Amino acid sequence: MFKGLWKLTWIETKVFMREPMGVFATLGIPLVLFIVLGRILGTGQASAAAPVPPPFNVPVLVALIIAVSAVISLVAIISIYREAGILKRLRATPLSPVTILSAQVVIKLVFTLISLALLVLAGRRFFPGAMDVNLASFTVALLLSTLSILSLGFVIASVVPTARFAQPIAAAFLYPMIVLSGLFFPLDQLPQALWVLTQLFPTTHAVSLMHGVWEGSGWGAHWGSALALLALLGVCSGVSTRVFRWE
Amino acid sequence: MPPPVIVVSHLAKSYGSTVAVADVSMEIDQGEIFGLIGPNGAGKTTTMECVEGHRRPDRGEITVLGLHPIRDASALRQRIGVQHQEAQLQKRIKVWEAIDLWSALYSRTVDTDDLLGRLGLEAKRNAWFMTLSGGQKQRLFVALALIHDPEVVFLDELTTGLDPQARHAIWGLVTDIRERGKTVVLSTHLMEEAERLCDRVAIIEHGRVIEIGPPGDLVDKHCPERRVVFTSETVGVADRLRSVLGAHTVESEGTTHTLRGEGEDFVTEVIHLVAREEVRVRGFRTEEPTLEDVFLKLTGHGIRD
Repeated sequence: MFKGLWKLTWIETKVFMREPMGVFATLGIPLVLFIVLGRILGTGQASAAAPVPPPFNVPVLVALIIAVSAVISLVAIISIYREAGILKRLRATPLSPVTILSAQVVIKLVFTLISLALLVLAGRRFFPGAMDVNLASFTVALLLSTLSILSLGFVIASVVPTARFAQPIAAAFLYPMIVLSGLFFPLDQLPQALWVLTQLFPTTHAVSLMHGVWEGSGWGAHWGSALALLALLGVCSGVSTRVFRWE
Repeated sequence: MPPPVIVVSHLAKSYGSTVAVADVSMEIDQGEIFGLIGPNGAGKTTTMECVEGHRRPDRGEITVLGLHPIRDASALRQRIGVQHQEAQLQKRIKVWEAIDLWSALYSRTVDTDDLLGRLGLEAKRNAWFMTLSGGQKQRLFVALALIHDPEVVFLDELTTGLDPQARHAIWGLVTDIRERGKTVVLSTHLMEEAERLCDRVAIIEHGRVIEIGPPGDLVDKHCPERRVVFTSETVGVADRLRSVLGAHTVESEGTTHTLRGEGEDFVTEVIHLVAREEVRVRGFRTEEPTLEDVFLKLTGHGIRD
């Protein structure tokens, strides 16, 4: 079923790397954002440099932005590939449809990992002590979050009419989700209907899980968020197998 | 006579309320180049995609190499090669990477160096897809369609948008495929292409096959008229010819005279006549009807309308 997956993934990785702007946006922007916001707001606990505790958790925001950027990039790639008939051409080969899309998911997860690694290195360099968290747990939380939001990305990719609109439409879906993720203000302040809506966003559960893991509580305290991410992953994957358009 | 490689009977396919294919039936034989011809939107591509197993027909039966295009899709994909119309590749994929990926997917592959050489792409091995010319891209697509040595090759609008030189190069490749004993199914809206390449054509209009057969036979059947056009300044030549051939077959405009007639011997008759009458001729040419004329006659409109 996954015949050709590694070859396709490797080729797609090289194709992706040949576009310097895309690589910079993927790896550079979260890094710069992290360093700038960290300098201004601090990276977690109150410190001598930043006596007032930051208004939100900067590393978690940057991690969320890494995940969301990966998803927007995925939506753009899928739309371009669809418009240019690349999906159609690949589908005419013995590659299975799942393999064609999985290659993109694998690449996004790998680049998410690289991005996180850069973040950790920068944190150690610029913000001593800020990265003393359970990084293994945080990595798993970020990967699960990214995967869940990526599955939503496939649903979004299905409603994008042309490649031109891919980025703005994906951003229009996902940026409000970042705002309403619970990172900037407690969600229970929201009207009930809006609160219910936020619980359907993977970003909300992603923030809850990553924030919890960052703060040091174990998975036991956040199995609800993890389960919600898995459930949304299942639902979105199911929906996209029905609505996904190859051409 | 071996059984046909492809049998299509009463194929129909609609998209919503748009009927793409109304009723298409045809049989395609081993080793022939078979052309689907007709204007854009006639249903050529949909017919091909149903036969390839990339679309599910609403009605009708299709067998390809004895297989069912949808039920036996994975077995069939190993035995057919497909070039989709207007389908690109990743902009920054290198030629060799595409070849490498495709060859990893099939259980049997040809020598890819030899294939690239045959298609004149060996110098482009390391080039990005986006840097290739239109003709090079199409040659690469042909390479990808041939990489697993398929028994049947489908080429959809292969030369659309190419300059004449690139088009002629592609035609050479297609006849090479037939020389290797393969069956080729191609679609085109270029009548010259169909006439030059195809052993048989099906003329498709509004989702129906309106005629099927070798191009030459179709021309003889529907447009048997031959024309001879010559220029002569000899005074009274038109009247002399009219008196021999009959008035309705001679048309004159100044010094240019057009003679119409049917049958294999018509041109010979005219030559003899001109010689006998000792007409001084400055220019002399014959006009053969083409597939384009057949199309015009059968549909009442030109292919590019």
